[in-house]
Amino acid sequence: MDFNDTPDEATFRAQARSWLETNAKPLGDGERRGALAEPEDREAVDRSQAWQKQKADAGWACITWPKEYGGRGATPMQAAIWAQEEQCFEVPPNIFSIGIGMAGPTILAHGTDEQKEKWIPKLITGEEIWCQLFSEPAAGSDLAGLRTTAVRDGEDWLINGQKIWTSGAHWSDWGVIVARHDPSAVKHAGLTYFVVDMHAPGVEVRPITTINGGRIFNEVFFSDVRIPDAYRLDAVGNGWRVAITTLMNERASIGAAGGDAMIDELLALASEPQPDGSRPLDNAAVRQKLADFYVRSKGIENAGKRILTTLSKGGLPGPEASLAKLVAGSLMQELADYAIGLQGQAGVIQSSWTDRYLSIPGIRIAGGTDEVLRNIISERVLGLPPEARADKGLPFKDIPSGPPNA
Amino acid sequence: MNFDFSEDQKLLQQTARDYLAENAPLAACRAVLESDQPYSRELWQGAAELGWLGTAIPESYGGAGFGQLELAVIAEEVGRALAPIPLASSTYLATEALLLAGSDEQKQRYLPRLATGEAIGTLALTEAAGQNATEAVRASFHDGKLSGAKQPVPDGGVADFAVVAAQASAGTSLVLLDLTGDGVTRQPLDSIDPSRPVAGLRFDAAPAELLGAEGEGAALASRVLDRAAVLMAFEQLGSAARAFDITREFTLGRFAFGRPVASFQVIKHRLADLWCELELARSNSYYGAWALSNDAPELAVAACLSRISTSEAFDLATVEMIQMHGGVGYTWEYDCHLFYRRAKFDAAILGSTSHWRDQLITRIEAQAAA
Repeated sequence: MDFNDTPDEATFRAQARSWLETNAKPLGDGERRGALAEPEDREAVDRSQAWQKQKADAGWACITWPKEYGGRGATPMQAAIWAQEEQCFEVPPNIFSIGIGMAGPTILAHGTDEQKEKWIPKLITGEEIWCQLFSEPAAGSDLAGLRTTAVRDGEDWLINGQKIWTSGAHWSDWGVIVARHDPSAVKHAGLTYFVVDMHAPGVEVRPITTINGGRIFNEVFFSDVRIPDAYRLDAVGNGWRVAITTLMNERASIGAAGGDAMIDELLALASEPQPDGSRPLDNAAVRQKLADFYVRSKGIENAGKRILTTLSKGGLPGPEASLAKLVAGSLMQELADYAIGLQGQAGVIQSSWTDRYLSIPGIRIAGGTDEVLRNIISERVLGLPPEARADKGLPFKDIPSGPPNA
Repeated sequence: MNFDFSEDQKLLQQTARDYLAENAPLAACRAVLESDQPYSRELWQGAAELGWLGTAIPESYGGAGFGQLELAVIAEEVGRALAPIPLASSTYLATEALLLAGSDEQKQRYLPRLATGEAIGTLALTEAAGQNATEAVRASFHDGKLSGAKQPVPDGGVADFAVVAAQASAGTSLVLLDLTGDGVTRQPLDSIDPSRPVAGLRFDAAPAELLGAEGEGAALASRVLDRAAVLMAFEQLGSAARAFDITREFTLGRFAFGRPVASFQVIKHRLADLWCELELARSNSYYGAWALSNDAPELAVAACLSRISTSEAFDLATVEMIQMHGGVGYTWEYDCHLFYRRAKFDAAILGSTSHWRDQLITRIEAQAAA
């Protein structure tokens, strides 16, 4: 048992840090990048793209991707080391979490050589921004119940329907989309996966304002949008299998966004004297609660080290990795709640804690709700029976459905 | 980064698991629980022959010369079997106390016998209900004589010697004494888990000697408890994993409304949450094992993390075990109560989790100030 890098890992870390020190400003002690840092305006998007280009030119973009497309061809452990190091520096918000975190790995896994050649290099250099078009108003946790249609028309497909919760659609050049090509097939078998040009005629992006005032998400409407068959990923009818590749990558990247700095901030808050001079941290009830929070925060951190160990030994984490997102989501919400409460009436004044309190509900829903993650853990880790379903074996068009959510 | 046990350590663990699967079915725990015998002598003999008792004892003192990581994997298997042996008292507490504070002569006298299982040791701190307050002990040690009373003392009815916290001229100190000598009276007490017996000990000018420096007892006891907390956490992890496995199997085999109970989302999700708690506890305990085996300064905090998350997770596992079994889980005949009792015993015997939570905040603050 050893927390130290292997000699190879240490060499790689030193190289990464040395490049970062030359090209970025280190964060101060205790400073960490926010977990939810997504660009909110064009200027931030530009900075994000410039940073990506700078990394790509030096060979530090897309650590695990093949060299022939501009990646580094390195291991997942090296990618984790890079991410750890980059976190210690002041870098722009990241507009590529979808493209590099999800779309790229899916294209690399399921795309043809021509498709990889067309899309991967510009993903790596940050020239093109991507979004993911999966969820629909009537298909969230039951993603395979999606209704957007793809109808073959000569060498093209015609796409019609509506997607929702598409982060970054308004900045995007390309999107990955799952659509239903055959409503008479059973649910999962009637799906096909495409890449869509977000600038194509018939694509309309409308922003959604979330409860924290954020404008990250969008609704995207498709009206007779033409997609060339050459943009289809994998075989007709294989859409679900391809989507799973994307979702596995999504869970890994959202889960990686932890909130481990929050417990330290909460401890600091509880150490500040109140108007009567006493510190919350000297109160027995507060001590008990903060100790629990601390134990859970460190539990997530230490579980992460076990996953890194798997990477270091050349393995890949399985569905067990769902743990971090499931536990961290509700923990962060409780921490923010407690921090607001510690401040008494003053807790209502806008602060980083109120901001977080309003942001965190999204984390517990995006990329697999807590409930979906519990299904994944119980079925795929613990081997418990799958959910009973009312739609099994039915052609999609015959599946009972309520009215779509407003 | 290698936050895992080595292949050799895993092999040792597998050997222990195989031995206990063969020699320590849950019926062995039940046999002790239902009888007056304080522990299984056959299993204790087996553990000694396999070298488990001297795992962390240096070869120069008759041990195997491994470290605490090897002891941790054995502890996990002993916990998985709910093996009814005084391993925690003798090994995590008494042996660790001697390794930490014993003079060469004291080590020579006790460690070889601890390694062979000829001697059983224990640690006696508590005198009355309340949170651990080693500074406030009333037992006294003067002129080589110990007087006072301690309860509950784990395995106090069978231990050959004890490390005892007592007031001396320079303050709280640890002393060492033979429990078979003059001036010692033992009174067995009923334990919530009779496979983990406890006793009351009374000392009337019993001959004793200092363990470590006079006046250093509170600090030493705290360090012994930190070390024991990590090792005990592994025993708890093993027990909790066994409770989880039995519960999972039961819910898969039990049908209601034409379906396995395990197919209902309310059961699936609770098992998923429980699995998360056990994984967090395991991860924190690995951190504890790392700190313990490296004698790292992080042990002060890591021991609290191991202790709190594992005690809570084991507790939850056994509460859910009975609930998910339904009525049969509440019967004497089913094994659920063996785990339910053990979880509560283990969670209390090294000090309650609320005490450790308080310690944790104190230690985080001390670390931040340093």
